[in-house]
Amino acid sequence: MASDTPKSVVFSPVFKNNPIALQVLGICSALAVTNSLSVSLVMGLAVIAVTSFSNLFVSLIRNHIPSSIRIIVQMTIIASLVIVVDQLLKAFAYEMSKQLSVFVGLIITNCIVMGRAEGYAMQNGPMMSFLDGVGNGLGYAVILLFVGFVRELLGSGSLFGLTILPAVQNGGWYVPNGLMLLPPSAFFVIGLLIWILRSFHPDQVEKTEYRIVANSKTKIKETA
Amino acid sequence: MASNNSIKKTLTVALALCIVCSVVVSTAAVVLRPVQVLNQELDRKSNILEVAQLYQPGVDINEQFAQQITPRVVNLDTGEYAEELDPVTYNQFDAAKDPATSRTLSGDDPAGLGRLENYATVYLVGDADNPEQIILPIRGQGLWGLMRGFLALEGDGNTIVGLSYYDHSETPGLGGEVDNPRWKSQWQGKKVYADNPMQPMIQLVKGGADSEYEADALSGATLTSRGVTNMLQFWLSEMGFADYLARFHDNSQGGA
Repeated sequence: MASDTPKSVVFSPVFKNNPIALQVLGICSALAVTNSLSVSLVMGLAVIAVTSFSNLFVSLIRNHIPSSIRIIVQMTIIASLVIVVDQLLKAFAYEMSKQLSVFVGLIITNCIVMGRAEGYAMQNGPMMSFLDGVGNGLGYAVILLFVGFVRELLGSGSLFGLTILPAVQNGGWYVPNGLMLLPPSAFFVIGLLIWILRSFHPDQVEKTEYRIVANSKTKIKETA
Repeated sequence: MASNNSIKKTLTVALALCIVCSVVVSTAAVVLRPVQVLNQELDRKSNILEVAQLYQPGVDINEQFAQQITPRVVNLDTGEYAEELDPVTYNQFDAAKDPATSRTLSGDDPAGLGRLENYATVYLVGDADNPEQIILPIRGQGLWGLMRGFLALEGDGNTIVGLSYYDHSETPGLGGEVDNPRWKSQWQGKKVYADNPMQPMIQLVKGGADSEYEADALSGATLTSRGVTNMLQFWLSEMGFADYLARFHDNSQGGA
């Protein structure tokens, strides 16, 4: 992030520096809430709201935060925002909040929010921090939507609850893939997604940190 | 930045932040509370209308509910209406937690409830004295947690109209298929009691239901299906609504 322009701050986390696909943060909630697209969408929006506003507030008071309690200060701000978001969902999207249940509350533990507050907002101005939050939330939401798309389509044969592939139990022909409805399938989908992303951006592939040296101590097999 | 780390500054920042955050959080909670309560109420009412198959999309739910449905409070022990309790304000879930208005179910607790309230709210469709449908609240343990729903019976207190859950945490795609309209549609016309009005016969069976006292179990969700059977058996037994429903059996015999 050598030159931060508002545009790059918002859009680079979406594909180039995606918090889930590159930094592999926030996986836990990505596994739990992606079995349908509409839930993924609301969760994505909630995370965008929390990351952007927590970044904004942390950045506003960054010059007054004592370094000894900075993590607690960030956590308090994030937790308050999450509770507000949860209350808003309960008031205005009741059905959705029932489906998301505890996972809205668990945004607090989402590493992306904390990571951006600590890694970006503590050093940068409020406006840029806010945009950085929007960008990273967006990066998270994009992955969630992709995973939700695959899982809902293959697991239930529908998208946003509308039937695309009529399932066998409803008299159609498509045999839903039950695995896709269970959290582990999100691992596979995210893994495949990371593979695709890194095929297009080979610079994202980490360097091998070490190479296993050939075993030099066993003499027996040396001739082989 | 050094001054930031003094004890005084640290305490001031911590205190100020806590006050600001708590004010924000409590304001949000207090301001949004009425809307949330309204939502829960609407959700419950729309579920009742749906299980009775009376729900019309696009029409105000409160209006539909008020027009068609009369809530009454029933004493689970005697099966009589409890006129002293207001069905609009009485909350049986709160009552189940209060030792004064509930009792413990030790040993004989197939639905896994722990405590059972003394009074329950039932919803009557049509004329309250001779209802077209009787909607009973049921709940019990599924695989992952408590499942709460409504069971709608016809006016004879024996024939099922529908069963629907509004709150459960079963696995989506397996136990969560209790929400599948196709599975729910099989309940219509099933019978609860055979000869003995205290002995509910209705149950979920594997491999195809072939009598009117059986419904298809959910495939891949044995424990959820068992939970559904247990809670139906419990709530329709003497511990639940059997005493209350007995009055309707007599009605239907007299009428027919």
